Amino acid sequence: MPDSIHFKIRRQDGPGSDPYWQEFRIPYQAGHNVVSSLMAIRENPVTVDGQRVEPVAWESNCMEEVCGSCSMLINRRACQACSALVDTLVQPIVLEPLSKFPVVRDLMVDRSVMFTDLRRVHAWVDIDGSWDVHTGAPRISPQEWDLNYALSRCMTCGLCMEACPHFGPDRPFLGPATLAQVLLMNNHPTGKYNRTERLHAIMGVGGLTDCSNTQNCVQVCPKEVPVTTALAVLGRQTTAQIVRDIFG
Amino acid sequence: MSTAKPTTIVVGGGLGGLWATLRLVEAGIPVKLFSLFEVKRSHSACAQGGINAALDTKGQGDSIRQHIVDTIKGGAYLADQPPIKTMCEEAPGLIRTFERMGVTFSRTAEGLLDLRLFGGVRNKRTAFAGSSTGQQLLYGVDQQVRRYEDLGLVDKHEWWEMLSVVLDAEGRCRGIIALDLRDGAVEAFPADAVILATGGLGLVFGKSTNSSNSTGAAASRAYQQGAAFMNGEFMQYHPTAMIGDDKNRLMSEASRGEGGRIWTPRQPGDARDPQSIPEAERFYFLEEWYPAYGNTVPRDVASRAIWKAVKHMGLGVRGEDRVFLDLTHLPREFVRRRLGSILDIYQSFSGQDPCETPMEIFPAPHYSMGGLWVDWEKDLTTGGMKHGSPRNHQTSLPGLFACGECDGAYHGANRLGANSMLSASFSGRVAGEAAAAYVKGLARAARPDLESALDEERRRQEEINRRILSSDGKENPFVLHRELGELMTNKVGVERDNRGLDEAIAGLQDLEERFEHVGLDDQGAWVNTSLPYARQVHDMIVLGRVMTTSARQRDECRGSHYKPEFEISIPEGKFPGDPEWDDYLARWKSNNERWLKITMAHHTAEGPEIDYRPVDTSVLPVETPRDYR
Repeated sequence: MPDSIHFKIRRQDGPGSDPYWQEFRIPYQAGHNVVSSLMAIRENPVTVDGQRVEPVAWESNCMEEVCGSCSMLINRRACQACSALVDTLVQPIVLEPLSKFPVVRDLMVDRSVMFTDLRRVHAWVDIDGSWDVHTGAPRISPQEWDLNYALSRCMTCGLCMEACPHFGPDRPFLGPATLAQVLLMNNHPTGKYNRTERLHAIMGVGGLTDCSNTQNCVQVCPKEVPVTTALAVLGRQTTAQIVRDIFG
Repeated sequence: MSTAKPTTIVVGGGLGGLWATLRLVEAGIPVKLFSLFEVKRSHSACAQGGINAALDTKGQGDSIRQHIVDTIKGGAYLADQPPIKTMCEEAPGLIRTFERMGVTFSRTAEGLLDLRLFGGVRNKRTAFAGSSTGQQLLYGVDQQVRRYEDLGLVDKHEWWEMLSVVLDAEGRCRGIIALDLRDGAVEAFPADAVILATGGLGLVFGKSTNSSNSTGAAASRAYQQGAAFMNGEFMQYHPTAMIGDDKNRLMSEASRGEGGRIWTPRQPGDARDPQSIPEAERFYFLEEWYPAYGNTVPRDVASRAIWKAVKHMGLGVRGEDRVFLDLTHLPREFVRRRLGSILDIYQSFSGQDPCETPMEIFPAPHYSMGGLWVDWEKDLTTGGMKHGSPRNHQTSLPGLFACGECDGAYHGANRLGANSMLSASFSGRVAGEAAAAYVKGLARAARPDLESALDEERRRQEEINRRILSSDGKENPFVLHRELGELMTNKVGVERDNRGLDEAIAGLQDLEERFEHVGLDDQGAWVNTSLPYARQVHDMIVLGRVMTTSARQRDECRGSHYKPEFEISIPEGKFPGDPEWDDYLARWKSNNERWLKITMAHHTAEGPEIDYRPVDTSVLPVETPRDYR
C-alpha cells in the first residue's frame, strides 16, 4: 500500500495562455477517487517542490457519475473523474483537460458546443405546452423502451466526443452524443412528427456520414449508451429519407 | 428606471427552475435563467427512485385522497394541507405532461406507465424510469427549455452565481446581483420578479447525498436579506446511503420498494461473509419492528431504526456504522432492469456486485424539508391552493418566489420518498404561474427608482469580494467547511439533545467569527473557484445556525427531528381500542397543541430570531398519530 498519491497535472491559466505541468502528492487514503483527491489538493495546494500555488480548477458536481461534469483525461484516457478510483490507476496519475474542447482553465473545458448542437438537431419533442391535456403519450412497448431508456441516459459529458477521431474544434462533425439524441427523439411516438427536420439536420456537412465507424465512442461511454447502434439505425433512417426526398 | 417589457429571472436550472421557466415563457414573459453550470448537470439528475402520482393502475384501489393523507401524515402534520391537496390532485397531470415531453418512464407489458412501491405508503404509486428517474425528468424539461431558448424566449446565464437579490425602496425584489464564474465580474440584473429554484443544502453537513454544489447558499442569501426561513430543524437522513469519504451515495428507496431487505447479524461484531450467515442469525429489524410496512416504512422511521440497531444495540456490521441492504434474493434480470443505474453506482465505488453481496449502508443527510417560507392563497371553493394566484410560492420578500427543495412548503417534518420530484415539478410550475400573475398585476409606472438600488447592491457585493480576495487572513475556507460539516453531523443528526445543540450553536458562532479571517490561495479574477466557495461557506454557516437554533427550540419529537428526552412513545403491542393507546393518544394531542406549528427563522445581526405560525389543517384533522407497525 503506497503512503501517498502522486499526481501530475497539466495546468493552464486561461484560454490563451501556455500549458504547464505541476506535481502534487497527498497522503494515501483508501477509496480516494480523482475528484476527492483534487479536493484534498485544493485544501493545501503545495507542489512536490514545496511551492504554494493557486488551487487547480476543475468541474464536478454529483460525484456519482450521473451529471457528466467531471470529464477529463486520466492517464490519457477520457473518463469521469469522480468514478476514477485511485487504487485502480497507475501513478503518477496524469490529469489533463479534454483535448477536443477549448480549455477554460486547468482541467475545465468549454463544452457549450454540445448544447448548441442539440438545438441544431431539434433534440426535443414538440408539445403544445407544459400543461395537462388529459391524455398521455401513446403506448410504448417494453422492447422499444429498452433502447430509448439507454439513449436517454446520455449526460452530455463529452467523453465519446473526445474519443471520436472526427470530432474536434475545427471540424463540423456533430459527434456521437448529439446524433444519438436524434434517434431518441425520432423514436418517440409524437417526437417522430419532426423526424424529417432532424434527419435533414444530420444529412449535410458535419452530419452522420462523417462517422467512419471506429466505435471508439461506445467504448468510452460511462453510461453504456448504445451510440453505435443509434448511428446504424440513423444510417438507415437517413437513407430512407433520401429516397423520400427524391420521390416525395 | 422602469423596464419597458416585463422581465423575470429564474435562479437554478433543476426540475423546479426549469418548470418555472416553462410556465413564465408560456405566459408570454421572457426569462433570464441563471445557473452555476449547464442546467442539465443540476442535482435533480441524482434523484433515482421515481415520482408519485395516484394513477391507480395496479388494482390496489389507490386514490388521490390516500396520496394526500400519506403525504400529510408522512410529514407528521407539519405542512399546510391545502397546497399538499392541490399537489397530489395535479400529480397525474404532471406525469402525463412529462410523458408527452418524451420522458422514458418504465413500461408495463402493455406499454403503459409502470408503478412501483415506495416508503410510507401501501399502494404502488411511483412512476419511474429505471432507477435514474430524476435524470430523465430533468432532461425532459431541459429539452423543452432548449426549445424556447431556440425561439429566443429564454436567455441562459450558465456559469453565473447569484450573490444577492436587489430590493427597492419599498422592499420589493427587483433583480439580482450575480458573479460571472468565468471572469469574476459582478453585475446587476434588473427584473420584475425573481424565482429561486436553488435546491438543497446538504453541504451544510459536509458529506451528504447531495451534489457538491448543493450548498443552500442562495437561499441563505435571501434569508440574510429578510426572507423568512421555515422549519430549518427538519433535515431528512436517508436510511440507505453508501458511506464514502468524499460523499455519501444514495441507494434508492426503490431498492426496498422492489423487495430489498434491511438486516444486520444478530450476533454483535459478526465478521462472517454475509452470504454465509444463516437466515436465523439475521436480524431483519424493520420487518420485526414494523410488520405492517416492513422495509418500506418512511425514511425518518427507517433511519431511527438503523440508528437504534447500530448505536444502541451495538449490532452494526463488524461493529461498524453499517447495516446490510440486501437484494441478493431477487432475480438478477429483474434487479438489473429496475435498479440498474444504482447498482452501477454501488459497483463503481465499492467494487462489489449488489446482486452477489448485500450492500452496506447507513443513514446520511439527504433532503431539507425546511426552506424559504412561501405564501399561498386558499381556493375557498375547492379547499386547495388557488390556481394562478400571485401569492403562491412568494417568499416574505414581495416579488421573490421560491420553489423546489429551497422552499419548505410541502413536506412538513419528513418527506415521503418520490414526493420530492413531484414537489419540485409542481412547485416550479406554480411558482412560474404565480410570478407571471404577479408581473402582470404590477403597477409598473409608480415604482421607486431602481438604478440606485442596483448600483448600491452591486457595490456592496463587490466590496465583499474585494475584502476576501485582498485578505491575508489565515483561515482556510475548505477547512472551515470541513469543521462545519463535522459539527453539524455530530450534533444535529438523527438523534439530538439540547446540550449538543447548545454546543453546536456556540461552535457555529465561533466558525462565523473565524470566517472573518478567511484568506485564499487564489487571488486572481479568472475562474477563481475559491472565492465563490468561500462565500458559500459563510452562507452555509448562517444556515447551520438557523437549523441548529430551530432544533434547539423545538422540545419534541416530530418526523426527522428527534430528541429522545421528549419522546412520547407508542405503547408497545397496544393499538386503538386499548386503554394504553387512548392514554397515548391524549398525550400526543396535548403535545400537538403545544408544538404543531411551523418554525419561522428571521435574520438579525445577533443570529436567527425564531417565532411560529399555525399550520392549516383544513384537509385532514389531526386525529390519528403516525403508526407504521
